[in-house]
Amino acid sequence: MAAEHVQTFTDGNFNDTVLKSGAPVLVDFWAEWCGPCKRLGPTVDALATENVGKVTIGKLNVDENPDTAIKFNIRGIPALMLFKDGQVVESLVGLLPKEDIQKAINKHL
Amino acid sequence: MSSTRNVIIIGSGPAGLTAAVYAGRANLQPLMIEGVEAGGQLMLTTEVENFPGFRNGILGPDLMGEMRAQAEKFGSEIIQGNVTSVDLCSQPIVVKTSEGEFRARTLIIATGASARMLGLPSERTLMGHGVSTCATCDGYFFRGREIAVVGGGDSAMEEAVFLTRFASKVTLVHRRDTLRASKIMQDKARANPKIVWMLDHEVEEIKDTGKNEVTSMVLRSNKTKEQTEIPVHGVFVAIGHTPNTSLFRGQLELDQNGYIITHDGAKTSIDGVFACGDVQDHIYRQAITAAGSGCMAAIDAEHYLDHVPEHLASV
Repeated sequence: MAAEHVQTFTDGNFNDTVLKSGAPVLVDFWAEWCGPCKRLGPTVDALATENVGKVTIGKLNVDENPDTAIKFNIRGIPALMLFKDGQVVESLVGLLPKEDIQKAINKHL
Repeated sequence: MSSTRNVIIIGSGPAGLTAAVYAGRANLQPLMIEGVEAGGQLMLTTEVENFPGFRNGILGPDLMGEMRAQAEKFGSEIIQGNVTSVDLCSQPIVVKTSEGEFRARTLIIATGASARMLGLPSERTLMGHGVSTCATCDGYFFRGREIAVVGGGDSAMEEAVFLTRFASKVTLVHRRDTLRASKIMQDKARANPKIVWMLDHEVEEIKDTGKNEVTSMVLRSNKTKEQTEIPVHGVFVAIGHTPNTSLFRGQLELDQNGYIITHDGAKTSIDGVFACGDVQDHIYRQAITAAGSGCMAAIDAEHYLDHVPEHLASV
């Protein structure tokens, strides 16, 4: 339902869609073989719907986009990073309740 | 406020979902609150080879997906959310989440167990930056790197062997000089040339919190008290599990390790409150035993509701 608001980030579009974005961007680093990532999926979908117009939210598959995962030193997934003006301002690891993620987002709105 | 349910199930691993299948088929319309670690520990595994009915094995997350669909098919309502408090002494029982308050005549606790940590401050800081409790999630990031696995049980052996797919070298650190793991798992690990052993060593420190990545770990020999620093890029902690019972402390009878004490099936120290799966089992801890005890909890809850004391039937 909510997936329409979730973007797909790649090694190719990361610079333009995330780092140069005017609005804050939340990136969900995930992979097909990661069970907890799949469980976090619906939470990220819901957050995307609830934060429309405030924060851009999208997913990056670390298997298909290893360059970005390496660049940001991802060592564990699911990992959520909030980017503002090209900088990482929040970094969250593991399965977290939606409220905790929203709180981290709210600090930068 | 919502109406009183027949049964609320807390937790959504094999115990909770089997309870939901049975309670659903008994027409009790169970409400399941799935919790943050939805799907339970099987969501962190790869191939499950010993669940009867799947002779070719099944992926842990796929097995949980099937169980969940089966529970929903029989009328279970499954909601996201994390329980923040319970009142087991009130009638009906009250269960609060961050999003609302629910009431039920019976409660099935299937909150499971979570990975135990070493308890070092550096371990917490470096979680997700080289420290992990999930080899299947994070092994991928250590291709060609040297890593360590801490623990001496079956899951430590399994993780060490799995991680040799990625890592150039896996050091297995255990605080005793003997392993708790079963012979078959020990043999598998010992036969693997990429695994080196540091038995009888405790983890003193994981470095480097300043760089926000794992660069090495400091070990201390239990015999000589001598310290050794070994370079590693990742530390996988597999030292067992602790039951998720903090919600129930002071209300339910727990054993000295925090597990819920069950008797006569899935009954706990409070009438109408049942427990199943790893939250009350530190011995077997299998998907199939969790599922079996979930079935028992649902049948026990059904019997209880059939014979519910009259003064409570109307609440």
